[in-house]
Amino acid sequence: MKFGVVVFPGSNCDHDAFHAIGHVLQKPVEFIWHQSENLHDCDAIILPGGFSYGDYLRTGAIARFSPVMSSVAKFARSGGLVLGICNGFQILLEAGLLPGAMMRNSGLRFICRHVHIRVEETNSPFTNAAKKGQILRIPIAHSDGNYNCEEATIADLEKNHQVLFRYTTPDGKDDAAGNPNGSMANIAGICNRERNVAGLMPHPERAVEAALDSEDGLVIFRSMVEALVGAAKATA
Amino acid sequence: MATAPTEIKVTPEIAAEHGVTREEYARIQQILGRDPNITELGIFSVMWSEHCSYKSSKVHLKRLPTRGKLVVQGPGENAGVVDIGDGLVAAFKIESHNHPSYVEPFQGATTGVGGILRDIFTMGARPIAVLDSLRFGEIRSGEWPLASARGERVAPREDSGQASGEKKPEATPEHAANRRILDGVIRGIAHYGNCFGVPTVGGEVVFEPCYSQNPLVNALALGIARKEDIFLAKAKGVGNPVIYVGAKTGRDGIHGASLLASAEFTEEYQQKRPNVQVGDPFVEKLLLEACLEAMKTGAIVAIQDMGAAGLTCSTVEMASRGGTGIEIDLAKVPQRESGMTPYEIMLSESQERMLLVAEKGREREVLNVFKKWGLDAVVVGTVTDGGMATVKNHGQIAAQIPAHPLAEEGPVYNRPIAAPARRVESEKDWFRFAPEKTGLTGNFKKLLASPTIASKHWITEQYDTSVRTNTLAGPGASDAAVVRIKESEKNRVMRALALSTDCNGRWCYLNPKLGAMHAVAEAARNVAASGARPIAATNCLNFGSPEKPEVMWQFSQAIDGLGEACTALGTPITGGNVSFYNETLGKSIYPTPVIGILGILDDDSKLLKIAFRNDGDAILLLDGSGSSEGHSERSADSPLRRAVEEPGQSASVSLTPSTSSLVTRHSPLATSEIAREFSSSEYSKVVAGIVAGEPPAIDLAAEKRLQDCLVALAAASTVNSAHDLSDGGLAVALAESCFASLSNQQSNCHSERSPRGEEPAFSLGAVVNLTGTDPAEFSLFHERGARALVSVSPGNLAAALSTARQYGVTAQQIGKVTRDNSFRIEYNGHVAVGSDVPTLRDTWANSLERILSGAEIEV
Repeated sequence: MKFGVVVFPGSNCDHDAFHAIGHVLQKPVEFIWHQSENLHDCDAIILPGGFSYGDYLRTGAIARFSPVMSSVAKFARSGGLVLGICNGFQILLEAGLLPGAMMRNSGLRFICRHVHIRVEETNSPFTNAAKKGQILRIPIAHSDGNYNCEEATIADLEKNHQVLFRYTTPDGKDDAAGNPNGSMANIAGICNRERNVAGLMPHPERAVEAALDSEDGLVIFRSMVEALVGAAKATA
Repeated sequence: MATAPTEIKVTPEIAAEHGVTREEYARIQQILGRDPNITELGIFSVMWSEHCSYKSSKVHLKRLPTRGKLVVQGPGENAGVVDIGDGLVAAFKIESHNHPSYVEPFQGATTGVGGILRDIFTMGARPIAVLDSLRFGEIRSGEWPLASARGERVAPREDSGQASGEKKPEATPEHAANRRILDGVIRGIAHYGNCFGVPTVGGEVVFEPCYSQNPLVNALALGIARKEDIFLAKAKGVGNPVIYVGAKTGRDGIHGASLLASAEFTEEYQQKRPNVQVGDPFVEKLLLEACLEAMKTGAIVAIQDMGAAGLTCSTVEMASRGGTGIEIDLAKVPQRESGMTPYEIMLSESQERMLLVAEKGREREVLNVFKKWGLDAVVVGTVTDGGMATVKNHGQIAAQIPAHPLAEEGPVYNRPIAAPARRVESEKDWFRFAPEKTGLTGNFKKLLASPTIASKHWITEQYDTSVRTNTLAGPGASDAAVVRIKESEKNRVMRALALSTDCNGRWCYLNPKLGAMHAVAEAARNVAASGARPIAATNCLNFGSPEKPEVMWQFSQAIDGLGEACTALGTPITGGNVSFYNETLGKSIYPTPVIGILGILDDDSKLLKIAFRNDGDAILLLDGSGSSEGHSERSADSPLRRAVEEPGQSASVSLTPSTSSLVTRHSPLATSEIAREFSSSEYSKVVAGIVAGEPPAIDLAAEKRLQDCLVALAAASTVNSAHDLSDGGLAVALAESCFASLSNQQSNCHSERSPRGEEPAFSLGAVVNLTGTDPAEFSLFHERGARALVSVSPGNLAAALSTARQYGVTAQQIGKVTRDNSFRIEYNGHVAVGSDVPTLRDTWANSLERILSGAEIEV
């Protein structure tokens, strides 16, 4: 099992994802440079947070044209696990690997604070170790996290159980008070229909140790590890 | 090219337009042995500007303590460096970007952050935290007549007949301007730091009328490196190539250092907007990664960022420090615009650029790293012998100046010093204490709602505070910002670094020396209250025009105070900067020597936060000066002890802000003495509109005892929380520890103000009983130093009391943490403040946002 963390120019949560997987979970992990078309036989790819290419034009809009992204798309189509966090989520949207788009936060300001998200589905490689309805306390840090898509798309997402996480109040209400950025249907994270590609705006890699005020993000990485272990067993 | 500036004949008049005096011009002629050309004049003018040369401050800065056993690099390099153990060093420094932030708040603030980050990674250290010490004019409509306040009354007293029923004045354009500046500065800091990927973990935001047309934007950056990896800016090795890397040079920021930073403002300040630089944090992030990677090749000899005075400063300083010469050809410099003259290229302050010297023959290795990161990197010259800085353009000499005299033999001024006219004050100028002992809840809420004391979460949530996953205590969690050092991990224990910036400008105005001492004491106390040992300091000295003798007097006094306090508290000053000319239309700001203190926490799990943690914990008031026992055991032969002023007998005291009242006098004081001291407090300003008197006296030995005691209590895990007493005194500290207990549970302030007003899960309350003979307002809200609140589990109470005794600190059990949301302070058996935590918290947590959205509420 090996994780790969892609480094775009301007990625700045690459080391945090690396730390969470390599040091906290003690699983093999390496960096993949954006110019590389080789994914180094990684079993799961993480597109980290940051400001890839300065987020000029639109968040994630330039990064999707990076050489590494054609390999990531191919990897995803073949069923490989891909997780986009924050800017990584935005890149996945721009690359068309996930549906929808990001707008500026409804408050028009950058927001960094702990929020609460509810695990909506446990039938995914990113949430299988969580309990359905479990509330996670995880930080967000973004200007453009206001998820938006067409009504038909959202109906599809709901119908196919692709909404993995929703913003809620601390006690689990997915109302306006629990929505930090104006996201449609309080959506914090989704997966594709095949369930092997997921993106979320909150930063689970920043909530992996008690010293960081929350360990709730670990469950997402643990889920990925379990999925990979399961997949390895299945092929063995 | 119609009039190439190189063809302009330089005259003393043109020199004067560059801010070069006649005497300085004569000196230039002497150094060159001829008249300078226009490019050379430009170079001299920026190098000898106040901002770059420290010509007015040098003679005073020499008095600061800069040595210590942990200091690896003191002032003079890009940043100070201290040893933090395990082969690691910390590089840190604070710098101002005041004038640019007034002229263009967003870009001024971004480039302020960008500049200080470059200073850190130029040293080979990776930036791991930023703090911002910010000061703005008043933003609250109505209450404060703005321009008038220079220590005079700033608002009507409630009991003076102009009281409550009267309608408050409307918000003025000045309030609106201050809000705009605040908004731009915050967005600028957020934009740059967030994109660069460094957490903004702390600092201060203070509001006073004097900063209305001269905001202070001081940014502090901290970085980490292995000791052997530290880089210095000394050009070495004749024949080595000089390489330009980073962003292209444009026409932005020309004369930023000389005309913007080194002169006071008039009404035409907006015309200076072209002098402000424009920042690009994305390029800076690439530059950071590329520089650190290039340094690892071992092919880099020296490196210097292009900050103030751009290419001029970096070439000349590298050569001067290395004792070499340097020759560059401007034709090779990557340029954003065509037709730039040598004058413009040399003086441009375009951001995100570096100059480095590589080992001859290994240029390719270095250039390849920058190419990988998509950055320009070009060999523009070589290191030469002979000590001459030679600037060519297409092979033609454009400027030729001896480097060392230019960098090091600039003018030094011992400017005239004169104490300002004596302020004669009497009791009627001072705060008048309410006779009642009860009913202080309303005033307390006013204090909690005042922008300086109110929660800053509206601001700090715009900063990325948690990127890099090292932030153990972000804004407001602990008295200091605390980041862990993953590289120091041993057996699952990591070290952490604590940082705090502080300065009470009002106190420095009333007594610059005493105020400066308090700034050091408070910053160190904050660090100690997080559990960390204070080890070193950096300073950002914001003052008015050095050409005014009274400003130089303030400066000189403040330097004396800083020196004395830093010596006593064992925190040598490792660097910083001086910002003069903080004046608009002839009005100076309060003298504001901001101090940043760095501390080490040996075990990151011992970190102390301000939040109360358990129902039933005892609340102890620690006092290093032992006030509750009258005179403490403070040794009479303390070197810090000075002549004690006789307790004020007369009702009228002539006040020259002086050094004669620097010793704590905890004996019962005459009410007039107490009133005089209390008139300098936040409570006095907010509640009565009075800014007068003197700051509290300071006892540095008491401060040291308290700090040592806090560090010991943290190391032994004896206490559950710690919070020092500062603005708003005991009552505010107590409330903040209650408020934070909710954050501790849920971490955000929003759960409490949801539209339906649901109650949070729970927040802890406090019930406290105080006794004394002083007026109730004084006891609850005075701001004397050397004090902190700690909370202790009943089982650890004896141990806490014993530790306090051991360190000579008085520990008085004043109350208990409760579970029922109540907040009550009794004084001599009467309820002085009685409310509940959610109500108070709402006032405190949402005040800033309400003010900025124009939705202020009466409290």
